[in-house]
Amino acid sequence: MSTFLGFIRKEFFHIFRDRRTLLILFGMPVVQLILFGYAIRNEINDVQVTIVDQSSDVVSTRLVQKILASPYFEAAEHRHYVGDIERGFRRGTIKEAIVIGPGFAERLQRDGHVTIQILTDATDPNTANTILSYTNAIVTDFARDYQPLAGDAALIIPETRMRFNPELKSVILFVPGLIALILMLVCALMTSITITREKEVGTMEILLVSPLRPSQIIIGKVLPYLALSFLNVVSILVLARFTFNVPVRGSVTLLLAECLLFIVCALALGILISTRTSSQQTAMMISLAGLLLPTVILSGFIFPISSMPDVLQYVSHIVPAKWFLRIIRGIMIKGVGIEYVWKETLILTGMTLAFLVISVRNFKIRL
Amino acid sequence: MSVIHVDKLTRRFGAFTAVDAISFTVSEGEVFGFLGANGAGKTTAIRMLTGLLAPTEGVAIVAGFDVAQHPDQVKRTIGYMSQRFSLYEDLTVRENIRFYGGIYGLSDVRIQAKTGELLDKLDLHGAAGYRISSLPLGWRQKLAFSIALLHEPRIVFLDEPTGGVDPITRRQFWEMINAEASTGTTVFVTTHYMDEAEYCDRVSIMVDGKIEALDSPSSLKEQFRADSMNDVFVRLARGGLSAEVSA
Repeated sequence: MSTFLGFIRKEFFHIFRDRRTLLILFGMPVVQLILFGYAIRNEINDVQVTIVDQSSDVVSTRLVQKILASPYFEAAEHRHYVGDIERGFRRGTIKEAIVIGPGFAERLQRDGHVTIQILTDATDPNTANTILSYTNAIVTDFARDYQPLAGDAALIIPETRMRFNPELKSVILFVPGLIALILMLVCALMTSITITREKEVGTMEILLVSPLRPSQIIIGKVLPYLALSFLNVVSILVLARFTFNVPVRGSVTLLLAECLLFIVCALALGILISTRTSSQQTAMMISLAGLLLPTVILSGFIFPISSMPDVLQYVSHIVPAKWFLRIIRGIMIKGVGIEYVWKETLILTGMTLAFLVISVRNFKIRL
Repeated sequence: MSVIHVDKLTRRFGAFTAVDAISFTVSEGEVFGFLGANGAGKTTAIRMLTGLLAPTEGVAIVAGFDVAQHPDQVKRTIGYMSQRFSLYEDLTVRENIRFYGGIYGLSDVRIQAKTGELLDKLDLHGAAGYRISSLPLGWRQKLAFSIALLHEPRIVFLDEPTGGVDPITRRQFWEMINAEASTGTTVFVTTHYMDEAEYCDRVSIMVDGKIEALDSPSSLKEQFRADSMNDVFVRLARGGLSAEVSA
């Protein structure tokens, strides 16, 4: 037992004496959280809009005021006329243009309907879509208020509610993904590097010739990373709770247990990579390209899986982070218990066991 | 009394025979030189003797244990030093001693005593708190050797222990090896510096997986009518080559 403790103490010396390792372990999670929390947002604010109101009657003026009063839109500094809008888009001074034709109030009164034109800059389609739906919402709302005056046309009024994240805050979407990303990075990347480093320096040879068993060597190498990763999860959750108000609605114990499962899964992947490579650089390349990229792109972290082509949807099934994300989003944001995420948990457990078996077997062959 | 007994030891990798039925014995307290060109099968042989690689055929008894059946017992009774003097560069001298003592199951008290002894012997007390990365290569080499002997193994395997160090340090290092052997520790050493073979009690020369010569350096020189071990080696290597060509 003291042999084993000595091994772990040595591993902590490695970690605490290497500035780069420390930075990745403790600096990166905080920086990532702040970046994702503040910089990356799906919601829109202060969109530059120009409204060409060719009627300028009582009703159209009220519509214009209503749009500009919302926090999402801001009138562009330069006032445009119809022939000028294209130039505004090209220059990038406006993201949206609304054109209200002549005789707005009059037509509305007479025909019961009227058309307005909405143009958006779709260079970034996601933003364009969001802007459009915000505008539509305001116009619909305005029309509904105006309707009683117009007469007795039949109307279906949808009453909408956004469940779980009513303010549509992106940070609530990102924090679970960030936990997955950081755990992958710390566990898989760092363990594959630390094991291949022993191979590169030649100390692995000495360890293998010693009475230590291969399993003791592996466990001794990964246990410190397991502990530190777990610490990382807790600190991200606390930080997210107090700086961004990201809730943990479900059971904290269940959440931490699931995180532990994912940590072991990532560690097993790290060991697997290290048995396949003998240089730190290769290990790093494989971890970054083979693990981090799928974790970011194919897990549903940022891009929804359901809108991917079928082939990619199938590929996403083998990305552990996809299942982990479903689980922790369920627990943190929806507040569900194990009865809703047992299937995902089972899949993740199966994957973890498979990775562990393959990597331990590989490690023995490599002796 | 023999501490290493090897009989027709063979290792094949697919169709390739890396070690081809080698047989030899090493007695207690002997300095046994294991020579051969790169690719001759030295490393494979050492890996089998240290319990890292299972033999395909044949028997190797190291310190009374069969390496194929009891590799764990073998590992406990041997010391090993690789050509890279593998110490942890980011750990201090004292921490390295403590770590390696620990993995061989030495008690803390014993490690303490051993550390003092070792630092005395190498005159390294002043550097005990320095990290390995700040030590010159010669010091690292001596330290790695002493650490391989920390758990008082009956046999110590040295895999090219003098690579990259200057001639004077090499000479001092061989003095250390001979001093250790005189206390009864068996030293099994590989090298490709032929002049170092002169320091060994007996030398074996491996060519293409087989042991082509095995005797004391002086008898070998007589046998091959050579002035130095280098000449012996060159003659053997040529012989191996011509035999291959004629076959």
